[in-house]
Amino acid sequence: MDLVLACLICLVGGIVAGLIGVGGGIVFVPAMTIVLSKGQVEAEATSLMMIALVSVVGTWRQLGYGNVNLKDALVIGLLSPIGVLVGVVVANAVPERALRIGFAMLALYMAWRLLKRVFADDPQTSG
Amino acid sequence: MDSRHIWGLALIGTLAGAFSGLFGVGGGTVIVPMLIALYAYGDRLATGTSLAAIIVIAILAAAMQGGLYGNVDFGTGLILVGPAILGVVAGTAIQQRIPEKAVSLFFAILLIGVAIEMVVG
Repeated sequence: MDLVLACLICLVGGIVAGLIGVGGGIVFVPAMTIVLSKGQVEAEATSLMMIALVSVVGTWRQLGYGNVNLKDALVIGLLSPIGVLVGVVVANAVPERALRIGFAMLALYMAWRLLKRVFADDPQTSG
Repeated sequence: MDSRHIWGLALIGTLAGAFSGLFGVGGGTVIVPMLIALYAYGDRLATGTSLAAIIVIAILAAAMQGGLYGNVDFGTGLILVGPAILGVVAGTAIQQRIPEKAVSLFFAILLIGVAIEMVVG
């Protein structure tokens, strides 16, 4: 029964991934930790494997719709490990609380930029 | 591709990697809004390009975790990924049929939720 519930949650996670272009880990990890009582590390690692497969299928679909810039995606993806290293260095130098508040501020700033676009009369000239 | 364009993409990739390494959130959550804000990408192009970048990010990270530490539960992952894949096919199809601005609105709400979780959680 728990597995059925986890499958349904992951179905929703996949829909969210396709709709807004995220990997879906934000949904897959709690499906495993809360519903299936997996450990956090195991759930995150397994979620990464799922994200890889989901994003391959999602990209394939979006390529068909003409919604992918492969060159930009490759540059972003290949440079992300540098970010992981930067993150480790920063995590050792800055208190976690400050990092969380920093990310929250970045998220709010991005939300504001997006909302400005949503409510602008002409989305092409706003932002 | 000019150097300014590459530096901007480098910034997005670095931030996406840094925040996903730190908090487990940060791939698409960083890539989509930054592509829209920095490069004036349309919403659908931003989400499609984000998914393609996430392939590379997830494979690099999963290879490290699975290959080096053996933490991936392949049995559970393969069962759960079936419905997740059905979901992503449905999600991308739905996205083509709703207004582009709906994606931005949905994303803004998600970002506000993430911000609250970061501060309160």
